[in-house]
Amino acid sequence: MADLSNLYRQIIMDHYKNPRNKGLTNDLSYVKCHIKNPSCGDAIDIESKVIDGKVVDVRQDGVGCSICCASASIMSETVIGLSVEDATNLIENYLKMVSNDETYDHTVDFGELGVFEGIKDFPARVRCASIASKAFLNTLKKEN
Amino acid sequence: MKDYKELFPVYNNNKDLVYLDSAASALKASCVIDAVSDYYNNYSTNIERGLYKLSLNATKKVEEARRNIASFINAKPNEVIFTRGTTESLNQIALSLRNILKEGDEVITSLTEHHSSFLPLLNLFKEIGIKLVFVPLNDKHEVTIDNIKKVVTKNTKLIALAHVTNVLGTKLDVKEVTSFAHENNILVSIDGAQAIPHMKIDVKELDVDFYSFSFHKMCGPTGLGILYAKEKILNSIEPAFLGGEMNDEVTRTSVLYKDLPYKFEAGTLPIAEIFGANACINLLHEIGYDEIHERTAKLRDFAVSELSKIEEVEIYNLDSESSLIAFNIKGVHSHDAIEAYSDKGICMRAGHHCAELLHTDVLKVSSTLRASFYFYNDMEDAKRFIEVTKEVINFFKEVGYIG
Repeated sequence: MADLSNLYRQIIMDHYKNPRNKGLTNDLSYVKCHIKNPSCGDAIDIESKVIDGKVVDVRQDGVGCSICCASASIMSETVIGLSVEDATNLIENYLKMVSNDETYDHTVDFGELGVFEGIKDFPARVRCASIASKAFLNTLKKEN
Repeated sequence: MKDYKELFPVYNNNKDLVYLDSAASALKASCVIDAVSDYYNNYSTNIERGLYKLSLNATKKVEEARRNIASFINAKPNEVIFTRGTTESLNQIALSLRNILKEGDEVITSLTEHHSSFLPLLNLFKEIGIKLVFVPLNDKHEVTIDNIKKVVTKNTKLIALAHVTNVLGTKLDVKEVTSFAHENNILVSIDGAQAIPHMKIDVKELDVDFYSFSFHKMCGPTGLGILYAKEKILNSIEPAFLGGEMNDEVTRTSVLYKDLPYKFEAGTLPIAEIFGANACINLLHEIGYDEIHERTAKLRDFAVSELSKIEEVEIYNLDSESSLIAFNIKGVHSHDAIEAYSDKGICMRAGHHCAELLHTDVLKVSSTLRASFYFYNDMEDAKRFIEVTKEVINFFKEVGYIG
C-alpha cells in the first residue's frame, strides 16, 4: 500500500500553510477561471497574466484540502516566467503524470510540482491535485 | 451483541472491513444476493408481457414483492410504484406536478435537503416560476411545524422535506406536518431514504401524499426504489415517463394508459432487483426495527461520547437521534482526513454529501466527515473508529498539518 506520509511531504505542508501568490487581483488585464470539485466542495480561482507570449503572473485563491491548495500554490510558482508554450506543455504533462497516464513526457522538468508524482497511488486525490492546473490551462486558452 | 456480519458476504471477502458508510449505501445481505441470483438462474424472462409459464411465474413473484412491500409500509399495492431509487421517485413527482403547479405557486423546502429533493424543485422554479420557500431552521438545524406555519401562505401548494436528513440526521415530525398541510390543501412529499432503514414507516398513519425511498440503503439491491403516492393523487397526475407496458391502447393520435400502478412503470422494470427487494424487506422484518434502533443507538452513543473527549474533534449533530455523526477534525480538511481514515481501513464519507446548501448556508464549513452505523456494525467497529480517529489526529500533527 502507498505510504500516506508520502502524500503529506514537507513541501506540500509548507505551501498549504504558507500559500504563494494567494489572493486575486480582479484586474482586467488578468484572465480568470473558477473550477469546483463537487465531490468535496473544493473551489479554486486562478488568474493569469500573459504579456508577449510569456506568463508574467499567476494568482490563486480558494478553499480546499491541503493537496488542492498546495498544488495551486506550487503550480503558480512553477509557471510564472515560462512562455505560454512551455507552461502549457509542462501542465499538460503534469496532469497526465498525476492521473497515472504513463504517456507523459518524462523529460519534462516539473520543478517543485514533481512532488505530486506520488498522487497516482491515491486515485481519490487525483482531482485535488489537478483542478488548479486545469483552471490555469483554461485561463491560457481564454487568453488565446 | 449478536453477530449479524455473517449475513453479509462482503465481510468474508474483505477481512478487517470497518464499514461506517451505510447512510450512503448499506451492505448487501446474502439472502438478497441469493434472491437476485434466483431470478437470473430460474426465471430470466420479462414480466407482464410474456404469455408463457416462465414469464407468468416471474410476474407472480414481482406482484408478490409489490404486495409485500405495500404491506411493509401499510400502503395498497397499486400505490407502490417501482423506480430506480429515491432520486428517480423525487424527480418523477416534480415532473408529474409540472401540469398542476403554476407560476407563483409556493413550495416549501429547507436548506438541509439532499440535492435529489432540492434540484427537481429548483427546476420547477426555473421552468414554470414556482417560488421556493426555505423554512427557517431551529438552533438544532431542525424543521419544526411552528416554523413551517410561519412561511405558509395561501399560495403554498407543496411541502417537500426529508423525514430524516442525510448529514445531521435531524428528524421531521411528519404527522404534524401532514395534519397542518392538509387542513390548508397543501400536498406533502417526504424523502424517506434515510428514515426507512431505521424506523417503521406507516404511510397511512403519517398521512403523506408522496413517500420516496431506495432499497440499497436497507441492505437491498442497488437501482431500485419506491414511489408511494395516495391512490387518488396517482389517478389525478400524468405519468412522467412513457413507453412499453404502461398503456392499454395506442393509436396514431392517442394513448390510453393502464390502471395503477402500471401507468407509472414504463419499460422493463429491474426485475432481479425486485426479487432482491422482497428478500431485504423480509430480512428487516425478521430483525425488527427495535433491534436495529437499539444497536445503532448504542454504537452512536458510545462513539459520540468518546469523540467528544477528543479536543481536536468538532461534532455538528451531538444530540441527534439518528445513526449519523457529522464532524470534522479541527483544522483538517475532510478530504485529507478521509484519506487517512481510508489508509487505516475505515470506510466513511467526506464532502458535502449532496447537501451543499447545508454546508455553505447553515454549518458554514466547506465540508464534513460523516460516519454512519447500521445493525451489522458492532462495538469493535465503534472502538476501532475512535482509535483510528486518534491515530489520524496524531498523523496530521506529525506531518505538521495541525499544531
